[in-house]
Amino acid sequence: MSKLTHLTMTEARDGLAKGEFSARELVQAHVEAVEACRSLNAFITETPEQALDGADASDARRRKGEAGALEGIPLAIKDLFCTFDVLTTAGSHILDGFKPQYESTVSANLWSAGAVMLGKTNLDEFAMGSSNMTSFYGGVENPWRRTGSNEPLVPGGSSGGSAAAVAARCAMGATGTDTGGSIRQPAAFCGIVGLKPTYGRCSRWGTVAFASSLDQAGPMTRSVRDAAIMLGGMAGHDAKDSTSVNTPVPDYEAAMTGDIRGLKVGIPKEYRIDGMPAEIDGVWQQGIDWLKAAGAEIVDISLPHTRYALPTYYIIAPAEASSNLARYDGVRYGLRVPGDSLDDMYEATRGEGFGAEVKRRILIGTYVLSAGYYDAYYNKARRIRTLIANDFKAAYEKVDVILTPTAPSAAFGMGDKMDDPVAMYLNDVFTVPASLAGLPGISLPAGLSGEGLPLGLQLLGQPFEEGKLLQVAEVLETAAEFKALPQIIS
Amino acid sequence: MTIIEGKTGPWEMVIGLEVHAQVTAVSKLFSGAATTFGAEPNSQVSLVDAAMPGMLPVLNEMAVKQAVKTGLGLNARINLFSEFERKNYFYADLPQGYQISQFLYPIVGEGTIILDLADGETRDVGIERLHLEQDAGKSLHDQHPSMTYIDLNRSGVTLMEIVTKPDMRSAEEAGACLRKLRSILRYLGTCDGNMDEGSMRCDVNLSMRRPGEPYGTRTETKNVNSIRFVQQSIELEARRQVAVLEEGGTIAQETRLFDAGKGTSRSMRSKEEAHDYRYFPDPDLLPLVLDEAWVESLKKELPELPDQKMIRFISDFGLPVYDAGVLVADQETAAFYETVARGRDPKLTANWVIGDYFGAMNKSGANLGNAPVDAARLGALIDLIADDTISGRTAKEVFEEMWETGKDAAAIVEEKGLKQITDTGALETIIDQLIADNAGQVELYKGGNVKLIGWFVGQVMKATQGTANPGMVNKLLKTKLD
Repeated sequence: MSKLTHLTMTEARDGLAKGEFSARELVQAHVEAVEACRSLNAFITETPEQALDGADASDARRRKGEAGALEGIPLAIKDLFCTFDVLTTAGSHILDGFKPQYESTVSANLWSAGAVMLGKTNLDEFAMGSSNMTSFYGGVENPWRRTGSNEPLVPGGSSGGSAAAVAARCAMGATGTDTGGSIRQPAAFCGIVGLKPTYGRCSRWGTVAFASSLDQAGPMTRSVRDAAIMLGGMAGHDAKDSTSVNTPVPDYEAAMTGDIRGLKVGIPKEYRIDGMPAEIDGVWQQGIDWLKAAGAEIVDISLPHTRYALPTYYIIAPAEASSNLARYDGVRYGLRVPGDSLDDMYEATRGEGFGAEVKRRILIGTYVLSAGYYDAYYNKARRIRTLIANDFKAAYEKVDVILTPTAPSAAFGMGDKMDDPVAMYLNDVFTVPASLAGLPGISLPAGLSGEGLPLGLQLLGQPFEEGKLLQVAEVLETAAEFKALPQIIS
Repeated sequence: MTIIEGKTGPWEMVIGLEVHAQVTAVSKLFSGAATTFGAEPNSQVSLVDAAMPGMLPVLNEMAVKQAVKTGLGLNARINLFSEFERKNYFYADLPQGYQISQFLYPIVGEGTIILDLADGETRDVGIERLHLEQDAGKSLHDQHPSMTYIDLNRSGVTLMEIVTKPDMRSAEEAGACLRKLRSILRYLGTCDGNMDEGSMRCDVNLSMRRPGEPYGTRTETKNVNSIRFVQQSIELEARRQVAVLEEGGTIAQETRLFDAGKGTSRSMRSKEEAHDYRYFPDPDLLPLVLDEAWVESLKKELPELPDQKMIRFISDFGLPVYDAGVLVADQETAAFYETVARGRDPKLTANWVIGDYFGAMNKSGANLGNAPVDAARLGALIDLIADDTISGRTAKEVFEEMWETGKDAAAIVEEKGLKQITDTGALETIIDQLIADNAGQVELYKGGNVKLIGWFVGQVMKATQGTANPGMVNKLLKTKLD
């Protein structure tokens, strides 16, 4: 395994700038790494030729003095982002053969900053899942194994392929999308950094929609500084997305001062849930101690409506999804299974094209929006969503950021929890509230479980205060000194 | 009000209309694609209109402006807060699987439209609401033996759905309502009102009741695409409902489809089969919040609308209500009339515009844009009548000639020697000769048969080939005979 693949994005950026190696060499090493890690099933589509051509073009730009912020950096793109003329599947059978004739705003931003695409990463079908097991293209293996065990584990989801690719050193970074935790939870499971920005920070244009009021793209990287660099390349106002917010993108790296003295960190008591493993509680306490040691002030806070977050999320997200996925009807693109009538064709196409979890959520969503149930479910959920957002608003009167665990467990075995959707949904218990409130959150690796698996800590911030999140996250990162490597490359 | 006399007593119609008016705008409600009528199938379709994955709607400000202007033109309340919702249903020409529409919070609330009825009376019809929504595409079932073709040119085009209150009581009133609405929309420039191109479509809600009783169960007749068909479908549905009710039956709440060719209608779907559209606020769009000052500025930009213009025509020009109504129905006609009437006798001008001019236009199929006689030429002709150069009768001949040849009135009058003889001497000579040649008639006249004056006038006109001024002839004859 080439050493180039072990560099952080920051190190690679500096090495490229100093001419220590070319983008071609850097990308070549990653193309080989992608190939070497095929057993993980992290990629649905590899684009090695495009990557190498892109690397040459990048080297040429650098020679002309036109290097962008991510010049020559090889990235993986979650297969939920539409990429020009490259198969885009959303992990679903129903998008068979779909090659968009347009490029998502987020990926286009990355390319114009000089980054290079290695391929499209696997994901839960339409980003619906917390294990990556719902993908039509099969589950992804976590590059990590429990100490002394060969049981394949899930990378988390839905951005499981992206998390696995970054953890396995196949890509220096990857795009993810987070609707209820789909960046943060897999980042925690794979021992990497994952940042979900404020809703509206990154454009949703050209990203296959799951739940429009929640979906948000973000970076998945191996260091906090890398996340800052990559977010800078992804974010920005987009007139093509009415929910994108027109506020300038700050220099996120500049926010990372290393000094958090006097900063107030909230610890929400409602996140101490029943039956939480002691080691999750332990890593949380460890994080509190690190921040205290760095001069931050720890403040106990309450987010009283936290326990309603998960049921609220599992009404709002499926409701929006049931409508968003109506366009996959076999008429214009993707899979078409013929039928004797239009209705037959719909039923055959959608019956075959969607997997069980997607169908479950379409059914839930259709139900909660139906006449007679709308007020009891959808409308009530919207009201609770406002209460949850108000909880955070009140908390941020007192604190700058909030510290919690990212997920209630470490990675679990492939196939576990598949027969119990509610147990699966519980993975998102710590990530969902901030999603409902549209707030930014970051997960970073804080230590290993007793079984040798990564555990993540989550920091939540105020709207558009990604800089502050990154600032605090870097302090935690320094304290945690997380150096362990997944078994697949160690 | 039309009362239908049934076998069991009188029945009254209760009618409300839902009009879909395509907004005049260069691009669609949520995409930049063009909206030209009659373009090649699928040539005006953006990625958004085709509902490609990851595409997002962006509201077209022009559409909002047009809806607000229309609301103001209907004297309606403009809602500063409105919201777009998704109306979910599956159909092959509905690419998103939902129509973006407005449901709980429409952009325009209650208003009024004033109907001008044939008897010169007016009647107020309430506007319930106006909301913005996307049109669907078109399914073409006649292009292939077993397949349906889809044309998405219309997909995403902006519609205003204008819903009236159930305030109409006859087919004539429904027709008058549509005509008035179309007139207002055209004045505002917010919809071209062309029902034959589908840019204005109408659904009719109708129920029957005994006069004074509460409303009965209504049916909805869909997509009736001309004012004549709207009136026909109302008569048809009213008769059908009365027949059902008089036989002791009940009216099923249903959607019906009118077949203009056969002059029949049939049930399309019952209330039980009605879709559950699962409306919910579209999370891709923010609520639409309007600035009051912006609405006020639009109000100031509004053109003079038909009702105001009619009042002005009556008070400034002294026109009868009927003439004013006819002239203001169409903005171009009203402007044409005003151009011709400037500095001329308004009533004489109105007679000419409504009578001969409209007559010639209808007969030849011309319009104001391409008519061979323009406002200036018509005015010049009226001037010749006013200054006694020609008589009204001669003017009609001259006008016909003008229409055919495109020549000026004066040139025709000159060419054909139609100028009235106003030289008293010349007329006196003719009259003296006439009296000398017709002693018998003179005798009779002097004997008391004064009606014979008409015969003398006729003879003089004949002798002058109609160029004599009839008034002058009359006067001269009387002095000589009396």
